[in-house]
Amino acid sequence: MTVPDLTARPIRIAIIGSGPAAFYAADYLLKPRARVAQIDLFDKLPTPFGLVRAGVAPDHQKIKSVTKIYDAVAANPNFRFFGNVEYGKHLSLADLKNYYHQILFATGAQTDRKMDIPGEELRGSYTATEFVAWYNGHPDYREREFDLAQECAAIVGVGNVAVDVARILSRTPDELAKTDIADYALDALRASQLKKIYLLGRRGPAQAAFTNPEIKELGELADADAIIAPQEAALDELSRAALDREKDPLTLKKTQLIQEIAARAPAGKSRQLYIRFLVSPVELIGDSNGHVIKMRVVKNKLAQSESGSLNAHATDQFEELPVNLVFRSVGYRGIALPEIPFNDRFGTILNQMGRVLDSTTHSPVTGLFCSGWIKRGPSGVIGTNKPDSVETANAMLEDIAAEKMFAPAHARAEQAAEFIRARQPNFFSYADWKKLDALEVARGAAQGRPRVKFTSVPEMIAALGRA
Amino acid sequence: MKIANILSAKGMNVFTVAPNQLLREAIHLLVQHNVGALVVAEKSDKPIGIITERDVVRAAAGNENFFAVRVGDVMTKDVITAAPEDDVKSVGQTMTTRRFRHMPILDRGKMVGIISIGDVLKAQLEEYEGLIETLNAQIAPG
Ligand SMILES: Cc1cc2nc3c(=O)[nH]c(=O)nc-3n(C[C@H](O)[C@H](O)[C@H](O)COP(=O)(O)OP(=O)(O)OC[C@H]3O[C@@H](n4cnc5c(N)ncnc54)[C@H](O)[C@@H]3O)c2cc1C
Ligand SMILES: NC(=O)c1ccc[n+]([C@@H]2O[C@H](COP(=O)([O-])OP(=O)(O)OC[C@H]3O[C@@H](n4cnc5c(N)ncnc54)[C@H](OP(=O)(O)O)[C@@H]3O)[C@@H](O)[C@H]2O)c1
Repeated sequence: MTVPDLTARPIRIAIIGSGPAAFYAADYLLKPRARVAQIDLFDKLPTPFGLVRAGVAPDHQKIKSVTKIYDAVAANPNFRFFGNVEYGKHLSLADLKNYYHQILFATGAQTDRKMDIPGEELRGSYTATEFVAWYNGHPDYREREFDLAQECAAIVGVGNVAVDVARILSRTPDELAKTDIADYALDALRASQLKKIYLLGRRGPAQAAFTNPEIKELGELADADAIIAPQEAALDELSRAALDREKDPLTLKKTQLIQEIAARAPAGKSRQLYIRFLVSPVELIGDSNGHVIKMRVVKNKLAQSESGSLNAHATDQFEELPVNLVFRSVGYRGIALPEIPFNDRFGTILNQMGRVLDSTTHSPVTGLFCSGWIKRGPSGVIGTNKPDSVETANAMLEDIAAEKMFAPAHARAEQAAEFIRARQPNFFSYADWKKLDALEVARGAAQGRPRVKFTSVPEMIAALGRA
Repeated sequence: MKIANILSAKGMNVFTVAPNQLLREAIHLLVQHNVGALVVAEKSDKPIGIITERDVVRAAAGNENFFAVRVGDVMTKDVITAAPEDDVKSVGQTMTTRRFRHMPILDRGKMVGIISIGDVLKAQLEEYEGLIETLNAQIAPG
């Protein structure tokens, strides 16, 4: 790609969001050959890293070390972070066009998908999205309450998020106390009365969305027995045939891990974690107070679609599970941003390989881009956002080379900073974050934990001595 | 990973051609939109076939006047479709074993896109790269 001489006119880019997608894009765009002068990263939270801070499970600390890579990006003198600044609240599209040549949205998937069954809104029925954000100390969710005084819970879905929720509900207080789980969540989980937890997959073992290390870990919990009925661990004919045909080693391994758990006798641990396959919830049933007391599920069988996918189809057999707590974990979903074309069917920004498209003409809108979960939907691990963001960043560089971008009236970095300060005097810089980070880690060290998080914005402002 | 995760970043355009249009027009559309296949449909509802670069070459090989042939006469009928909720892995496997490179995507009977084997391979490669990247990040010295 030919890169224009930009020394005379420094290109400035705004990135909305500070999760993995944002940082991988910033990293690529700040490479010397890209010749982008400066990147400002905004997040509605005072703290950066998106789901790496507010999603990744507290007992999986090692994963969070990816932030070292993001720290290195932030160390670039042409990078600035403005936390506690929200697109749609503090900044509008027109504002950004006044200060930047290009805008990249990397806002992730901020809400959840629904099951669309009766009773979904009963008391005691929650979403994994809110539960995860709560136990990870996300400021917008810290006031939520989860009724853990119940004995039997069901988690719907068998993706890695469902597994995270199952693990956090199954861990002992001592195990959790060594993590950076939010203090209020630790207290609530300490008082948990849960004895039985169901994890419900609508398809069979070979189609389960969880990955192999995750299911293996469920089989090795300190004080919870993972239990799988042998007949549900066995593969049906279609799955067996597909496995024989495709010989996918990871799926083969997954089915073996599942069968190993199924073959094991429970060791009499305090909690039982029942992993079920080929069942779909059809209704949540409440008591006279509107609290869940039962879940009706239908048994499924698999059928092959013409494209070869093995999908769940309901039979006429039903079963009732005596659950009084439900977490649906059937996927996240992006939310529409003001003035940005949205694909409501998929819950993503309307885009083509990262270029935002006009809702009527479906042709690219100059200057607007997206990457990460808001571009492709809520799928993939942290690193998957790297190739995704590189694709978008290349489209951005192509447009810069073709001179297709905004012509901001105030194209100097100081002008943008001044404007942001006027809109949000309490913004957090990266240096502010590093101070918070050091304080959190120090609070953690005192208790033998990786960190003790600040979970409210006023608390964070006070910690910086600004209140 | 589901087909929806590929389709989300492919825009909403499905390029179609009617069965009674001429190959001349189909070729023009292939070039204009820079795609390898067009869905053959009367409106943009259920596809009745698909016409690919390969079909065009095959038509040209036996016929000097292939420009004037009708799309409906050389298209592949009985087109196999997928749904946004289908697994990328299974769809990729079906394309490979049955040797075709494009699949129209129908969402509750309505056509919402088309994906190619190239799209599938790219998505799978990125998934794989993502796993490696995530693992590397954890072992990188801090
Ligand atoms: C519960 C959970 C656990 C996970 N665990 C793992 C794991 O262990 N390992 C792994 O590899 N992957 C894991 N993943 C996947 C990984 O987190 C995602 O692939 C990744 O975070 C997606 O990156 P993103 O940048 O697109 O979105 P996000 O990480 O969600 O970042 C989006 C950011 O945008 C900000 N934002 C949103 N709207 C606005 C706005 N209007 N203005 C300003 N800012 C805004 C948000 O505050 C957020 O910080 C997990 C996902 C979940 C949900
Ligand atoms: N440790 C890690 O690496 C880690 C941890 C957390 C998350 N992540 C990643 O983050 C991404 C998102 O994870 P996720 O768990 O939210 O999503 P996911 O992997 O897409 O799993 C969603 C689960 O919900 C099920 N489901 C969807 N709709 C349903 C319905 N109506 N009824 C019943 N079940 C339904 C799906 O079943 P079907 O398959 O049948 O559709 C699937 O089991 C994934 O890529 C995941 O790998 C990684």
